[in-house]
Amino acid sequence: MAFETVIGLEVHAQLSTRSKIFCACSTAFGASPNENTCPVCTGMPGVLPVLNRKAVEFTIRTALATSCAVQRRSVFARKNYFYPDLPKAYQISQYELPIALGGHIDIEVDGGTRRIGITRIHMEEDAGKLIHEGEFAGAQASLADLNRCSVPLMEIVSEPDMRTPEEGGAYLRRLHDVLVYLGVCDGNMEEGSFRCDANVSVRPVGREAFGTKVELKNMNSYRNVEKALEYEVRRQVELIEDGGEVVQETRLWDANAGVTVSMRRKEEAHDYRYFPDPDLLPLIVDDSWVEELRGTIPEMPAEKIARLEAQYGIPRYDAGILASTRALADFFEASAAIYGGNPKTTANECVHWKDAVLAGTLSPETIAHAVEDRERGTISATASKKLVELVLSTGKPFRTLRDEQGLTQLSDASALDLLVDKVLAASPKEVEAYRAGKEGLLSFFVGQVMKESRGKANPKVVREVLKRKLG
Amino acid sequence: MANVPVHEWTLLEAARKVREKEISSRELTGAILARIEALDPIVHAYVTVLAEGAAAQAAACDEEQAKGTLRGPFHGVPIGLKDIFCTRGVRTTCGSRILRDFLPPYDACVAERILAAGAVLTGKHNMDEFAMGSSTETSFFGPTRNPWDVSRIPGGSSGGTAAAVAAAMCFAGVGTDTGGSIRQPASLCGVVGVKPTYGRVSRYGMVAFASSLDQGGPIARTVADAAALLGVIAGYDRRDSTCVDIPVPDYLAAVERPVKGLRVGLPKEYYEGEGLSPEVRAAVEKALKALTDQGAVVVEVSLPHTEYALSTYYLIAPAEASSNLARYDGVRYGHRAEGASGLIEMMSRTRAEGFGDEVKRRIMIGTYALSAGYYDAYYGKAQKVRTLIRDDFTKAFEAADVLLTPTAPTPAFRLGEKTGDPLTMYLSDIYTIPCNLAGIPGISVPCGFSSEGLPIGAQLLSKPFREETLFTAAGAIERAIPVRRVAPVRG
Ligand SMILES: [Zn+2]
Repeated sequence: MAFETVIGLEVHAQLSTRSKIFCACSTAFGASPNENTCPVCTGMPGVLPVLNRKAVEFTIRTALATSCAVQRRSVFARKNYFYPDLPKAYQISQYELPIALGGHIDIEVDGGTRRIGITRIHMEEDAGKLIHEGEFAGAQASLADLNRCSVPLMEIVSEPDMRTPEEGGAYLRRLHDVLVYLGVCDGNMEEGSFRCDANVSVRPVGREAFGTKVELKNMNSYRNVEKALEYEVRRQVELIEDGGEVVQETRLWDANAGVTVSMRRKEEAHDYRYFPDPDLLPLIVDDSWVEELRGTIPEMPAEKIARLEAQYGIPRYDAGILASTRALADFFEASAAIYGGNPKTTANECVHWKDAVLAGTLSPETIAHAVEDRERGTISATASKKLVELVLSTGKPFRTLRDEQGLTQLSDASALDLLVDKVLAASPKEVEAYRAGKEGLLSFFVGQVMKESRGKANPKVVREVLKRKLG
Repeated sequence: MANVPVHEWTLLEAARKVREKEISSRELTGAILARIEALDPIVHAYVTVLAEGAAAQAAACDEEQAKGTLRGPFHGVPIGLKDIFCTRGVRTTCGSRILRDFLPPYDACVAERILAAGAVLTGKHNMDEFAMGSSTETSFFGPTRNPWDVSRIPGGSSGGTAAAVAAAMCFAGVGTDTGGSIRQPASLCGVVGVKPTYGRVSRYGMVAFASSLDQGGPIARTVADAAALLGVIAGYDRRDSTCVDIPVPDYLAAVERPVKGLRVGLPKEYYEGEGLSPEVRAAVEKALKALTDQGAVVVEVSLPHTEYALSTYYLIAPAEASSNLARYDGVRYGHRAEGASGLIEMMSRTRAEGFGDEVKRRIMIGTYALSAGYYDAYYGKAQKVRTLIRDDFTKAFEAADVLLTPTAPTPAFRLGEKTGDPLTMYLSDIYTIPCNLAGIPGISVPCGFSSEGLPIGAQLLSKPFREETLFTAAGAIERAIPVRRVAPVRG
C-alpha cells in the first residue's frame, strides 16, 4: 500500500522586542539567572500584566506579511497548569480568539511552487527554565531561572498542507526568512528564538480522511525537523503495515539516537481550563493601525527572488541565495547600482563574500570596483580576491590598494608587444618548434611573458599578441 | 465638642487639626496606638500592628511639617489597610497561612497613594482568608469581633477594617469588595463603606481573589471621610489594564449637595425575599424617608435577574480564584511544606497545609466550573447571566438616579452561627453581589440600630462612575439619621 504523509507545523517565534510582553523586564539573552525578572513576571501576589504594544505590532506585521486577516478583537486567555517554571501557574495566551487567521506562504519544491496555508497566529508568553542537579529523575535539586518568563512569543500554526519532510523544511526556512525580513524575530534556533513542533500523520494514497496524528516536539534545527519527520513517517507506515495502529500522542525527537520517543498519550493530556484573562481587556486593533503597519512591510523573499531574477537577469538559484538574507540582497542591489556590468558576476562576488557582507565589514563599492576592474581586465581574478582580502584587513579603499600594490594588469597590447618580442627572441628553438606544429608550446610562451611581467600581464591579451606574432 | 476624645475625631477633623498644628502627628498617632493596645486584644481587627513604624512615620511627618512641608491631605493621620494590599517590607498575609510570612518587595497602588497623601500606616487589618467569607471567621489568624457586640462577627471579608474603624483604632481604612466585602462589614459595624465602580481604583498590588469583581474602596466613620479617602485612592494607574483613565471628581463637594428631585429607585426584588429581617427593612425605610423628606422622589424599578446573581457569582468568583490562587505553590515564596519527596507532593502538601477550608472549597468549585466539558454549562453560562444582570441595572438607571436597598439581610450574627453552613453564609451577600457583577458603584451608610443595639446599613447603588451621586444621597441620610459611629467596645 502506498502512503501519503500529512504534516502541519506549529512555530513558536520569539518577538524581538526589547522588553517582555507583560512587564518592562529586558528580553536579552544570556543574563545571569533571574536577573531579568520583576514582581510581575515572577507572579507575585497582586501584580497585573500590561500588554506590550510593540509585541502586538510585530505580530500584526507578521500577519500582514503572511496574508492573514488581522482580527479587530482578540482575547488573551489563561492556560492553567502547575509547573515550577510557570510562576503564575497559568500561561497567558490567545486561545479562542487569536489576533490573526487564515493566511499562507508559498514555498518552492522540485522547481514548483506550493502554497501552505496558515491557520492562525496568536501571541503568548514564554515560561522559565529549570536546571536539574543530577539526572532529571531523582535530581537532588531543581533550580528555576525565570528570565524567559513572559518573553513574548508568537505561535504560527500551519494547515496540514505539507506532504513530505522536505516540504516541511522548505516551509520552515521560508517562514524563518519572512520573520527575519520583517525584523520581528532574530530567528536564532540555538537560543530558542525559533522553535517548531510538528503534527504528523499518514494515510493511504487517495483517502480523504486524515490518519491519527502524532505531535513531535524537541527539534531544534531544520535538519532535525526533517530527520524527525522522516523517522516518524517511516515509523507510522511500518506500524500500519505490521497491522498496528497509530496512537494519538506526543513524541519527543531524540537527536542523538535518531528516534522519536513517546512522551504522553492523549488520555494523559492536561485539561488547561482556559478562560479569558480578566486582568487584560480584549485587544482591539483598529483599521488605521493595521494600515499604518501595512506601510512598514518590506518586500518578502518570494517577491524579491522573482524581482531580482527579472530585473538583473540572474539565475533563480542565485536570486534565491541572495534573497535568503535581506541584508545580502540589499548589498547586491547597492553594488549593482554602482557598477552595472554583468550582475551575475556581482551576484557571485556577493555570495562569495557573504560572511563579510553580513558582518558589515565590506562596502558595496568594494565589490562594485572589484567586478568592474576585473571585467575591464584591469586586474586578474587572483588579484581581485587578494585585494578584497586586503580591504578587509586594512580597511583601505579597493582602488587605493590596487594602485599601491601594483596589481593592475598589463592589458595594453602595444606595451605587451615589447615583452612578447623579448620572450620570443630568447627562445628561438621553441619558436621554431611551435611554427612546425607544436602548438602546445603557446602556454609555455604565455608563462614566460607572465614571468617577465611579474604577473601583471593580462593572460588573455598576451595570448592574442603571441598568436598574432607567431602566426 | 471640645471634649470629644482624639480617637473619635473624623478623618477630616484629624487631618485639619494636624495641618493647623492643634495636635502633632505623634500625639494623634500615639492616641490611636494606645487605643489599639487597649482594644485590639478584644476585637482582633489587626493581623499586624505597626507600632514602631507608625511612630516613626508620625515623627517624620512632624519634622517635615516643622520645615513647612505637608505630604498631602492626610498628613500625619493614622489610617489602616486591609491585609490584602501589598506593602513593601511589611508582611502581607491576606489572612492566610500560605502567605503568613510574605514580605512584598513593592507597594500596592492604594498603599502608595495613601502614603503619598501623608497617612501614617497603623497596620494591616484582619480579613477572611483571601477575602473569601462574610464574617472574617475564615482568617488563619483567628476571627475579628464586632466592636458593638464582641460575641458577634463584624461581617467580612473586610471585617478587620470595618471593626478597626468602628472601634476607632484608625481614622479610616481601605478594604476590598468582591461581592460585598466592604459594604456588608460596614453595615454590620455601623460605618460607611464604598465599593467604587470597577476600574475606578487600581488593583495593582491588591492580592487577587476574583479579578473581574475585586475593587478596593474606603471604610470610614462619615460619608465625607469616605469621599475624601476615595478621592485619594481613585484614579488611573497604568499598571492595571482594567483601570479606567477618567478624571477623579471632587467627591467631598458632592456630600453636601441637595437631594431635591433625586430619583430613588426601589428594586422590588430586593424587598420581596424572605430572608430580610423586619428590623433591617424598617431601618432602610427610615433612610428612604430621610431622602424623600429632603425632596427626593421614589420610583419603583425592577431587576428581574436578581435571583440568579448569587449562583452566577459563585461560579465566576471561584473560577477566577482557582486560577488566581494557583500561584501559591511553595516554589518561590510563602509557605512550603517540609519533607516532601518530590515536586507534586511538595506542591499539593503546601496547598493542603496553606489554605483553609473555605478557600479550598472555592478552588474546587472554580476548577470544576472551568473544566473541559463543564465550561459552557457553568462559567460560560454565568458570564451570559452576568450580562443580563448588568443590563437590568442599565435599564433601572434610566428611571432612577440611585437605587436604595438593604446592605445585608440581617444585623451581625454570632460567631460560629453560620460557619457550618456555607450556603446560609453566602446569603449574607445577596444584596451586595449584583453590584459587583454589574461593575457599578455602591455605598453602605448607617441608618439605624436593631433592638439589640446592632448597627444597620442602607445600600445605595448608582451608574458607573457616578460615585458623587452616592455621596450626595448617603450624605442626606447621614444628616437626617445621626447615629453613633464609634462603638463602645466591651470585652
Ligand atoms: Zn518582569
